[in-house]
Amino acid sequence: MTDTDISSDLQQQVEQAYASKSALRIQGGESKQFYGRRVAGEALDVSQHQGIINYEPTELVITARAGTPLKELEQVLSDNNQMFGFEPPAFGESATLGGTIACNLSGPRRAFAGSARDFVLGSRIINGKGESLHFGGEVMKNVAGYDVSRLMCGAMGTLGVLLEVSVKVLPRHETEVTVVHELGVADSLKKVHDLAIRSLPISATRFDDNALHIRISGTEGAVLAAQKAVGGEVLETGNDFWRRLKEQQSGFFKTESPVWRLSLASNSPVLNTDGRILYEWNGAQRWLISRESAGSIRDEVSLYGGHAVCFRNCPEQVQVFHPLDSGLLKIHQQLKQAFDPGSILNPGQMYADI
Amino acid sequence: MKLRKQEIVKALLEILPRDAVLFEAEDLHPYECDGLSAYRRLPMLVALPNTVEQVQQILRFCYQNDVAVVARGAGTGLSGGALPHEEGVLLSLAKFNNILEVDAEERVARVQPGVRNLAISQAVDSLGLYYAPDPSSQIACTIGGNVAENSGGVHCLKYGLTVHNIQQLKIVTIEGELLTIGNSGLDSAGYDLLALMTGSEGMLGVITEVTVKLLPKPERAQVVLAAFDDVVHAGSAVGNIIAAGIIPAGLEMMDKLAIQAAEDFVHAGYPTDAEAILLCELDGTNKEVSEQILLVRGILQDSGATEIRTAKDEAERMTFWKGRKAAFPAVGRISPDYYCMDGTIPRKRLPEVLKTIADLSKEYDLAVANVFHAGDGNLHPLILYDANKPGELKRTEEFGGKILELCVAVGGTITGEHGVGMEKINQMCVQFESAELTQFHAVKNAFDKKGLLNPGKAVPTLHRCAEFGAMHIHRGELPFPELERF
Repeated sequence: MTDTDISSDLQQQVEQAYASKSALRIQGGESKQFYGRRVAGEALDVSQHQGIINYEPTELVITARAGTPLKELEQVLSDNNQMFGFEPPAFGESATLGGTIACNLSGPRRAFAGSARDFVLGSRIINGKGESLHFGGEVMKNVAGYDVSRLMCGAMGTLGVLLEVSVKVLPRHETEVTVVHELGVADSLKKVHDLAIRSLPISATRFDDNALHIRISGTEGAVLAAQKAVGGEVLETGNDFWRRLKEQQSGFFKTESPVWRLSLASNSPVLNTDGRILYEWNGAQRWLISRESAGSIRDEVSLYGGHAVCFRNCPEQVQVFHPLDSGLLKIHQQLKQAFDPGSILNPGQMYADI
Repeated sequence: MKLRKQEIVKALLEILPRDAVLFEAEDLHPYECDGLSAYRRLPMLVALPNTVEQVQQILRFCYQNDVAVVARGAGTGLSGGALPHEEGVLLSLAKFNNILEVDAEERVARVQPGVRNLAISQAVDSLGLYYAPDPSSQIACTIGGNVAENSGGVHCLKYGLTVHNIQQLKIVTIEGELLTIGNSGLDSAGYDLLALMTGSEGMLGVITEVTVKLLPKPERAQVVLAAFDDVVHAGSAVGNIIAAGIIPAGLEMMDKLAIQAAEDFVHAGYPTDAEAILLCELDGTNKEVSEQILLVRGILQDSGATEIRTAKDEAERMTFWKGRKAAFPAVGRISPDYYCMDGTIPRKRLPEVLKTIADLSKEYDLAVANVFHAGDGNLHPLILYDANKPGELKRTEEFGGKILELCVAVGGTITGEHGVGMEKINQMCVQFESAELTQFHAVKNAFDKKGLLNPGKAVPTLHRCAEFGAMHIHRGELPFPELERF
């Protein structure tokens, strides 16, 4: 594995950009370029900043430089019978740890084990003044100072350039089984919620108009017992099925139309929107392929306490992320100012002035 | 211009009824400290609102008139986070004690900040659900305070801290604005303000509502007790359990003094001749627990346990836990006072940290009982002292400070779950560089530019650190030069 520390170069570039008030576009593996608003600015390439800094399987934590390929990290964890608990989607071979955390995207296991942000324990960042700062750490419990490391998750580089991230890891499950029920959406919604209030080792659910897929993970005996409780036909190609879903390689995502990511209360009913829809996370994450207006999609999602992201194929005139109300927007602007007073880090990546 | 007390009382009486504003000295005394009673200070006055509108009005008034505000829940915190400000308003959220809504299907409960932690689990018990974080003070502590401190408990390794178990907050800013942070889904638009607010120690806003996530009660929970004749063996057993791919629901360790104190107090049947015991709780489906208990027993055996007992029924499981949960008051029985520390370290450094604590204990001539959340490396050394003996508290605090600095030196942190508050403000200078502290101040400024919320807590000024550094860096040497740095 490559071991290259370019943090002082990166720090220098940010310092210069701050001095000259010129915008930087933070770049990792470029696997998620489709996501978020377009940023104008000189590229700040973090992808060469690579290597594992510390990994002790018995401490359940790995610390690596932000440019380290996600694929390599997953391999190292797998060699030690461990994994990232949030099952990160990579969306390409070149995905890096930094990009994964900056986007805070999580895979099918998210509703059952937690999100990228839930597993982040610490980070080293460069703020918009070119200062290298360390927050959090490598231990499981740490409440010294504000939780800046988790604030970085999903901030898409607008508050700091991620240099290193410490992530809690989990043991891999002894065994996993995927079962399928032929059910419509309403019945699937009911079934996943019935199962959710029982203590069962379910680690993923996905459903559409035709079928409900459920993954069960744990010790051999526990999976077998849970399989009896859950019922359904076994899908032999389960691993491949969930990987294709996570990477959005399944047929559903083959489209030129806008793909919306809806995040809302899991027991929200079937929404009143036109288009095709795919459900994950017991219904808390829904993918919508629709040409409906952003306004009507967002109005509908807001009824159920959620938000909508125009995830892929987003038309130029559409706001990618759900608009913030004025009180929250003001806090966002002030936080941006607190970390990046020159507004040079990925300006406009999330919202027009953030 | 600063207002005089009388004027502030008059203004608050226009917002609140007469009995919701306390300003006579005798009424203020119950509020002079939180769970860290070594620090005491009377507030100028106490406000006890019971509506969000009142909270907004009070904060708006304080903002306009530059009056400091310290929010308080049950006052069980152990770091002086709710220590009053002598020229400020102590804002008690005690009257916000209603559970507003439980959605069993969605597994969430919307509650007011003054609801007690345990009351949530009790209220949803009949639905087969519970709220996972369980700080030792859960009978008394409130959920608002839990959010402010990002409280943990014995089940953190598997189920996470408060930050992992809440979904939405309503807060009132110092300017009196009501904000909703988070939403009904598993994530929300924009920055993760939910994470930022959790553990922010009342510095960024006043919490007026919390939506917590609930979990289904496990089908079965069982605990294994193992005794060791050497704390090092107990420490390595913890690593071996994790290495085997098991995440226990709880993994606790107690040393000899703690075992003996607990045994004398609650008669949990602990082996009092052991140097250390481990309590390992496993939960999940019936089958899963059976399989894991077999595995864990084997690992404990191989790690050199001198005795291994599996609780034979729920009653015995509760007895095993009773000793651990009563460890703090048990130590309270054998010493006039004790001081509870809260550092976290990487688990593998446990043996050397214990050794250094034992050495310091001799140096300061103060006994220490050790109780740990061993699974996540969170130590609670209890320093035994007598506040009536002149100079002993001061020596205890110095000893405690050394333990925290030791935690930082081995790659850990000065606080795992109790917060910085007033108590660990100096040690923040050890854990963080100036630029990092400056960044924290900038975050604070983004929410509270006048610095009126809980002033002087959680994040030290650089000036204070300079003074502290001058005191502690002896001839340019760091404390514990013998330890490897990370």
